[in-house]
Amino acid sequence: MKWIGSALIAAALLLPPFVAGDFYINLASQILIAAIFALSLNLLVGFGGMTSLGHASYLGVAAYLSALLTSRYGFGHGTAALISILGTIVMAAFFGLIALRATGLGFLMITLALSQVLWGLAYRMSNITNGDNGLAGLTRPSPFGISLDSAASFYWFALIVAAFAFAMMAIFVSSSFGSSLKGVRDQPRRMAALGFNPWMIRWITFIYAGFWGGVAGLLYVYYNKYIHPTSLSTTSSAEALLGVIAGGSGTLGGPAVGAALVLLLKNYASAYIERWNMLLGLVFLFIVLVMPTGIVPGMQKLTAWFRSRSS
Amino acid sequence: MTAPSSGFALEITALNKAFGGLKVTQGVSLSIRPGERRLIIGPNGAGKTTLFNQISGDMRPNSGQIKLFGKDVTMFAPYRRAHLGLSRTYQIITLFAGDTLEHNVTLGLLGLLPSRWQMWRPLSSYRHLATEARRTLDSVGLLHLADHPVSDLAYGEKRRVELAMALSQKPRVLLLDEPLAGLSNSERATVKSEIASISRETTVVMIEHDMDTALDLAETVTLLNYGRVIVDGERDTVIADERTREVYLGA
Repeated sequence: MKWIGSALIAAALLLPPFVAGDFYINLASQILIAAIFALSLNLLVGFGGMTSLGHASYLGVAAYLSALLTSRYGFGHGTAALISILGTIVMAAFFGLIALRATGLGFLMITLALSQVLWGLAYRMSNITNGDNGLAGLTRPSPFGISLDSAASFYWFALIVAAFAFAMMAIFVSSSFGSSLKGVRDQPRRMAALGFNPWMIRWITFIYAGFWGGVAGLLYVYYNKYIHPTSLSTTSSAEALLGVIAGGSGTLGGPAVGAALVLLLKNYASAYIERWNMLLGLVFLFIVLVMPTGIVPGMQKLTAWFRSRSS
Repeated sequence: MTAPSSGFALEITALNKAFGGLKVTQGVSLSIRPGERRLIIGPNGAGKTTLFNQISGDMRPNSGQIKLFGKDVTMFAPYRRAHLGLSRTYQIITLFAGDTLEHNVTLGLLGLLPSRWQMWRPLSSYRHLATEARRTLDSVGLLHLADHPVSDLAYGEKRRVELAMALSQKPRVLLLDEPLAGLSNSERATVKSEIASISRETTVVMIEHDMDTALDLAETVTLLNYGRVIVDGERDTVIADERTREVYLGA
């Protein structure tokens, strides 16, 4: 069963460029980007017990940095990507210092406030960010001379990055450090008594999550070839958080599934229903009522139940 | 660097702690030798657990000094004290309920190792940690439950996991906060023999209400009441003391 499941997932990931049209290949690329973003947020929310409502900061800042460096300051994509990621890491380190003075609701409010500051800056500093018009006319990189301008080639690129990101985060949560993180989430006092430094563990995780958020941001700006302050907005953070919770926070596959769901509803349903936000709300209401721990844990429970009935 | 040494494992001087107007620790001074078995007794609300919380660093005293093997740790965070050889158990069970016993004890081992920062290697690949965790579980008679989550366990078994977790760290000073609380008679006997078999490398400081069992384990006894040390000394001297009868035994 497990083998069949993995094969199905692999097939679903490898097939789109061969069987689907550009519209669906692009949709799949966007899902991959949203999945990396949700997975990085899940490190904080699911594994660290730190619910952030400002994760778009890292996506947005990495995207803006890359956009500005390549379009305005004449940097190549490689250097720009490196500086953008480094910049995002430094910012996450600084934001972490501020946000981790609190836990729980206080932490959530500080992350929200910090991301709102960035969103405001992106709007108001129009001499740099071009304000509400956003930065357009951006290009995609050509790693090893391969152009990523076609839908299929970009999909392969996004898939490689997403697979690497998923593997790295999967190892991270199963590592000694990941176990310490989960321990600090569940029993911070006990962990401190055992010799772990809870604050440092949270801070490093915060930076690591920011790093992968930045990676998602780079893919985001490459894909869209355009960046607008909306990418830094609370809506952007909240959609990712919804994806994490709907898919199953603290699981590896859950956030990816949740992110895909949000994106499909947003892109697909909005073509048919004008009030797609309402549909999104209803879907989440359904998930919260029927599978309070999220889709992936919910499905696992369901299949276990079916199996116990059939045997 | 000259090694500061007072000859005591744990030395507390003029410790004071108040919650608002309520003085819970008042001028407490204690000196505990390496390898000593010290029992701390006193009625409910005497400030025993608060004293432990200050020793372990969960609470900061308002004034006074705490020295661990001659080193002033009064302002140290709890994790730094753990690295100096201090371990504790909790009166209210504080375990990782969803994880296996093996994982719980492994966390205890990991807390003192540099590999706790390792991010690129699965914890399960550290086979020697799992082996060591199982050995510790065996020493408290819980090896057969090593793969079960803590939530499957009975209360008495959880108490023993608490003990195993602290023992796995091979502490130099071990603080046991009511290790016998809520146990059945047979469990009591088991845990008592487990505590009795702790190596003399470890200094044991224990809070316990069950005098029949605890007095057998203790060499020295400190009686606290209203946050003050009332009597302090050899077990038999303290038990025979008139003030002990007044405060505790006679109550």
